[in-house]
Amino acid sequence: MTTNPAPPQAFDKKTRGEVDGGAPPGMGKGIDQRADKARKKLSSPWASGIAIVIAILWTVPTFGLFVTSFRPVQDIRANGWWNFFGSPSVTLDNYRSVLFEGDQPLAQYVLNSVVVTIPAVIIPISIALLAAYAFAWIDFKGRSVLFVAVFALQIIPIQITMIPLLTQYVQWDLAGSFWAVWLSHSIFALPLAIFLLHNFMKDIPPSLVEAARVDGAGHVQIFFRVLMPLLVPAVAAFAIFQFLWVWNDLLVALVFGSQQQVSPLTVRLATLAGDRGETWHLLSSGAFVAMVVPVVVFLALQRYFVRGLLAGSVKG
Amino acid sequence: MFENIGLWVSYFWDLTKDFLLDAETPGHKLALMVVAVLLFVIVMGAILLAVDRPKHVPNWVVTLGFAGPAVLALGFGLVYPALRTTYESFFNRNGTEFIGLDNYVTAFTQESFQIVLRNTALWVLLVPTLATFIGLVYAVLVDKTRFEKAAKALIFLPMAISLVGASIIWRFVYEFRDAARPQTGLANQLLVWLGLEPYQFLINQPLNNVFLIAVLIWIQAGFAMTILSAAIKAIPDDIVEAATLDGLKGMQMFRYITVPSIRPALVVVITTIAMTTLKVFDIVRTMTGGNFGTSVVANEFYAQSFVQGNAGMGAALAVILFLIVIPVVIYNVRQLRLSEEIR
Repeated sequence: MTTNPAPPQAFDKKTRGEVDGGAPPGMGKGIDQRADKARKKLSSPWASGIAIVIAILWTVPTFGLFVTSFRPVQDIRANGWWNFFGSPSVTLDNYRSVLFEGDQPLAQYVLNSVVVTIPAVIIPISIALLAAYAFAWIDFKGRSVLFVAVFALQIIPIQITMIPLLTQYVQWDLAGSFWAVWLSHSIFALPLAIFLLHNFMKDIPPSLVEAARVDGAGHVQIFFRVLMPLLVPAVAAFAIFQFLWVWNDLLVALVFGSQQQVSPLTVRLATLAGDRGETWHLLSSGAFVAMVVPVVVFLALQRYFVRGLLAGSVKG
Repeated sequence: MFENIGLWVSYFWDLTKDFLLDAETPGHKLALMVVAVLLFVIVMGAILLAVDRPKHVPNWVVTLGFAGPAVLALGFGLVYPALRTTYESFFNRNGTEFIGLDNYVTAFTQESFQIVLRNTALWVLLVPTLATFIGLVYAVLVDKTRFEKAAKALIFLPMAISLVGASIIWRFVYEFRDAARPQTGLANQLLVWLGLEPYQFLINQPLNNVFLIAVLIWIQAGFAMTILSAAIKAIPDDIVEAATLDGLKGMQMFRYITVPSIRPALVVVITTIAMTTLKVFDIVRTMTGGNFGTSVVANEFYAQSFVQGNAGMGAALAVILFLIVIPVVIYNVRQLRLSEEIR
């Protein structure tokens, strides 16, 4: 595929709009069969009907809020977003006022979200990488017992840890600072991170590690020189997971960082949503401000994300 | 020697405390973030450097260097607090008096808590089954069609947004207005177009629970679809071909070939979603605040612990949450064992 990707792509594009007869000579049998199958599937009205209904249900709600976020306030209050197409008038005022106006502008919370998220992704991945290495490639007593224990910790609901943790942070004077949030997110991420990265590390051929060992490399060298380069996709997969989890989290942020100078976007949005009254111009634009970063990251790195999902749950 | 270290630490702490704890301006916050990452890198680097002398350092020290930080963090942040919470669940609201199982008795007998438990049961039954079913049907329908990639991305995208964002999206759909005014919520507009009265989706009990549950199904179906789609693609071609030769079509193929072949993946998906569902509180909190008989255990835990200030009850609810997860996990492990035996 990598040697000569252009022809099939061109063929694909050409036939997309046409009905038939676009098959160039010498194309593989596989593609013909696939196209046949596709046509068969789509000709079954029930199947495509159901698929279309699901697709509509899954997109229209978001689309509606998206349209709303660009409508003038008085329009939003007057009628539903579908009226937009009858008399379109677009404004960025909602975004301006939610981001920069009022006594608690959302821009400040965007910054908080960034400051919370970056260390909360880097720290647990690094710790988990080292631990996963120990569980995969260092022989020590009680290794499998400890690994099973770490694996089992995944089922602990984080709620059960929160009151004692908060008490501890208060004692250490950390409550209400970024440290409490970073520390909590890092700890909560570890069981899944260790498990996932361990699975990836076990897939690396032992001969590679053995060879390095024979050459006199210690564990630290093996870890950095042999394993890390091979683990980039796995790290990327988990980094996206953790990024989405932290950026979108509400519970940890509420419990450990609800102060205005620390709390991320989700907390502010939840507060906005809690205020009664018709603030849909702020809520709609605010929601999309919060969504844009994870959606972009997600779409850009979807491949890694899917791989991570599959490794995480199917191997279980 | 050690006294000196202690002195140094406290001196350093006094010097930097304000910088480390009270970040208010944007510049300060970003600087603090960089400092935190650097500090972490330095500490971890020092540990690794210390154990990076093969033959000179005993094996257990190396092990400690690699696994130590994680084990320490998990012990401090998960194991100890979990035990502590379990212990505290036997005490009264401010932890001063031992009251035995009273909190649990309250949770299972008082009517308001019974509603919470009933709702949780409803969530944990409906979300995994429906999300998995929809995800499976969709995965089968779009499999190998021309639009597969785009069609999957549509269903998949809700996974990237926060539960708070999703709740806002759906609250807007459910928005209710008096029949005299034009509707702004799509759901009620549809009712009006059909000639029906607008409906209070989030307030009318007990059906409002179902409308909240729909939001989580909307989010989780993408996860189910992704895993199941991969499982479907992994079904060996010869099985499908043999079934086709035997004359199996459409629904039969789905029923007798697809579903049995991906059974292990189905179990994993259902149990994973069930565990996620139990812990979700964002939706209830953002959409109804737990009012109108919609609270679930995870939301009630937050309300009791941090709003009502009833630490004992909060702890008991957290333990209950943990206890409900266990049967799900056991089922998961059992099914996986079973499918491995068959293989």
